[in-house]
Amino acid sequence: MADPRHTLAEMARLLASGATSSRELTEAALARIAAADSELNSFITVTGEAALAAADRADAQRAAGKAGPLTGIPIAQKDIFCTAGVATTCASRMLENFVSPYDATVVERLNAAGLVSVGKTNMDEFAMGSSNETSYFGAVRNPWDAARSPGGSSGGSAAAVAAGLVPLATGTDTGGSVRQPAALCGITGFKPSYGRVSRYGMIAFASSLDQAGVLALTAEDAALIMQVIAGFDERDSTCSDQPVPDYTAALEQSVAGRKIGVPTEYFAGLDAACAAATHAALDVYRQLGAEIVDVRLPNLSLAVPAYYVVAPAEASSNLSRYDGIRFGYRAAAADDIESLYKNTRSAGFGEEVKRRIMTGTYVLSAGYYDAYYLKAQKIRQLISNDLAKCFEQVDVIAGPTTPTPAFRLGEKTDDPVQMYLNDIYTVSANLAGLPGISVPCGLVDGLPVGLQFIGSLFDEATVLNFAHVFQQQTDWHTLVPGGAG
Amino acid sequence: MQWEVVIGLEIHAQLATQSKIFSGASTAYGAAPNTQADLVTLGYPGVLPVLNQDVVVMAAKFGLAVDATVAPRSVFARKNYFYPDLPKGYQISQYELPIVEHGHIDLTLDDGSVKRVGITRAHLEEDAGKSLHENLDGKTGIDLNRAGTPLLEIVSEPDIRSAKEAVNYMRRIHQIVRYLGISDGNMQEGSFRCDANVSVRPRGQEEFGTRTEIKNLNSFRFVEKAINFEIERQIEVLEDGGKIVQETRLYDSDRDETRSMRGKEEANDYRYFPDPDLLPVEISPEFLAAVKSAMPELPQAKADRLIEQYGLKAAEVEVLTASRAMADYFEAVAASADAQLAANWVCGELSGALNKDNVDITDSRVDAAALAQLIQRISDNTISGKIAKEVFAAMWAGEGGADEIIAAKGLKQITDSGAIEAVVDQVIADNPDQVQQFRDGKDKVLGFFVGKVMQATQGKANPGQVNQMLRDKLKS
Repeated sequence: MADPRHTLAEMARLLASGATSSRELTEAALARIAAADSELNSFITVTGEAALAAADRADAQRAAGKAGPLTGIPIAQKDIFCTAGVATTCASRMLENFVSPYDATVVERLNAAGLVSVGKTNMDEFAMGSSNETSYFGAVRNPWDAARSPGGSSGGSAAAVAAGLVPLATGTDTGGSVRQPAALCGITGFKPSYGRVSRYGMIAFASSLDQAGVLALTAEDAALIMQVIAGFDERDSTCSDQPVPDYTAALEQSVAGRKIGVPTEYFAGLDAACAAATHAALDVYRQLGAEIVDVRLPNLSLAVPAYYVVAPAEASSNLSRYDGIRFGYRAAAADDIESLYKNTRSAGFGEEVKRRIMTGTYVLSAGYYDAYYLKAQKIRQLISNDLAKCFEQVDVIAGPTTPTPAFRLGEKTDDPVQMYLNDIYTVSANLAGLPGISVPCGLVDGLPVGLQFIGSLFDEATVLNFAHVFQQQTDWHTLVPGGAG
Repeated sequence: MQWEVVIGLEIHAQLATQSKIFSGASTAYGAAPNTQADLVTLGYPGVLPVLNQDVVVMAAKFGLAVDATVAPRSVFARKNYFYPDLPKGYQISQYELPIVEHGHIDLTLDDGSVKRVGITRAHLEEDAGKSLHENLDGKTGIDLNRAGTPLLEIVSEPDIRSAKEAVNYMRRIHQIVRYLGISDGNMQEGSFRCDANVSVRPRGQEEFGTRTEIKNLNSFRFVEKAINFEIERQIEVLEDGGKIVQETRLYDSDRDETRSMRGKEEANDYRYFPDPDLLPVEISPEFLAAVKSAMPELPQAKADRLIEQYGLKAAEVEVLTASRAMADYFEAVAASADAQLAANWVCGELSGALNKDNVDITDSRVDAAALAQLIQRISDNTISGKIAKEVFAAMWAGEGGADEIIAAKGLKQITDSGAIEAVVDQVIADNPDQVQQFRDGKDKVLGFFVGKVMQATQGKANPGQVNQMLRDKLKS
């Protein structure tokens, strides 16, 4: 009874009806991972034994009438979330041997809701990358075309969900790391507002931008999981105490009469086929009675440069703790403390991470701080203001998630700037802390592309609502890699 | 050439919280290494700092105590550098927007004049851990118990003009933080320490000379000696035609000299930036008003009041207000005994005993009620002041309360005039020569007779009565 493409909601219904058990679902997930993942490389660690034990506990709970709606459903955790007793590597040699002594808040809440983690998914090293090629454990392959990238940094989570290994996986989104791989793998990727989900236990890349998110088959599934993970956590000072609304209740609201803002700047230089897919998707909303409005984001071209100053700046400081002293990798040969640091960090970090540490160190240095870091922060404020202005007129902003469909592995690894420009449509939401979602909206050359919605601060409900309504009208989200289904 | 000394102090006061500034780990001193290092202290992947709100109240109290501006909004920043005892690779501090700015305190100088020293700022930050080198076979150990302990760094203006003034200033800050109860001020445990920025310039020159910074001075005596050494060193260098190098120096108390800490030290670029893990600290006028209403009486106000209320002298009051505990003790004694006698005893015998045995007033072996009882016995003529000292010594030795000791040792003063008269008559009869001298106008001989009477009564005769009776009898 375990169809790989069963959604979370469907699995919940099957479990509730007794048509399947957590053990059956979990065994099936583990079997699919065993069969498919040697090619995909979407997992770094599979915790089969622990997953089956958790599944049995979930079944016992259900038998005792104590199950919650999601108890017993197998999911995967991006390997950036600390999981007690399980390797938490952040896809880095630096943390290859790191076993976290504690659970991240997201993990703790998912465990408490009875979800069964089958393992830790691959990702770009320390979430730095848009292609999953910076992982110390090797690139992840796109289930739609093994020669292509699944996107990044949550590429393992996206590929695992797209390939039907698990119905849902956690991700993190610092500049588009949930939405971009979701778009390139043909699934739904949701990033809540900054502060909606606790960052405690989520290994920091850029603290003012990082936000936990969900890679799922549907917006409905994202809403179900958001209900579990969202909300105040006293262990994260930047976590909001805003009350969490009922996300699923808001899914079905009509979009008739509501306004979708489409920034004209989005279409300059956009791949024609991608633009066509976006317009076709917007037509669906027109037919549902929504109004499509032109809006302006005059500073859009500054978003990527500003992001690639702020994010590395914070990263350069966040990654200072990896010094070989207390945990993680330590270089063997060192004569003194200085060489211990140098050798450890030279060998423990990959190229992209080192590039960003260097960039970040540079932009914070005396004499450059004002010209780079401070200026980037000003741009960040301008972009926030531009977006806030849009939301005075419209309910959501829509557009493409990425400029192109999935690119080939190796295609952009020699040109970091080209790689960074992949984030053009996604970084603004991070800079402004806004919720965003990518839903599949078509195929270009047989590869999925995504439609992105950005909502106003803490208005996750509207974003999920717009995405869900689209998935009620279209079947792009049901397409399966390889065409079978 | 006449040189003028310019000194600014950066004082680090450890705040007296139960737990660390950004985590729940204990701040207690002296635990086994790394037993108070939780995941936040260790800087584990994924953990986040959460501000201990007590430190905000403490910093605000300090700001109010030194007439400073308590910032409605202050920001934590990261100071980035690598060091093994700095777990995260950065220290969380405050940089551009500190919590306290623009304060001052007034020092009373030896000549009685008042000097104002500006306080540029006071900011909150976390302490680092400690590197241990002893008993580790030439290796270096790291103890992170102290890492994350809250500090208030108090930065003075370069208004101080001598080592003595620096000590005066430091003592005043020490007194204030202890009065406020925001730091235990324990210098041996490193809870109160300072860095001194020292420079000299030709008298009359506007521009400051090049300064050096002497790090980690943890006693008042060392502050004075280190600064004086450094002043002399700098003057010597300059008078020999040399130049002062801006650098960090360390004071070696064994050799009484400062030494350059340079070596492989590179110019550090700390790359400060606002810590994205922490929200700005917002202080509302209501919050500040609540802190203000809970402020204890400060040293200067207390001194003024003691002079006014008890009619004491400034010098006595200075001793009595050295600490809040001392003043509280005095006031507890004065509540049920003569205030002037209470002041004399607290400043005299009690302080002497405390110093001698190196005991803090809060642990005094004679409590305020016991001392008050002793003073009452002087006032009601049960014992003389001289006998009282003997009684006090017995009390300090733990032999009991004043009344108990007086009774046990039979020290009660003889006030029965019949008994005294018998002794007086005997003494007069035994010393006819001295009687004659007195009658010849040699008044001083009276002392001889008093001494003889006191000797005969083991000091228990009431001295006033003895005096009067001797005079009456010798004259007749």
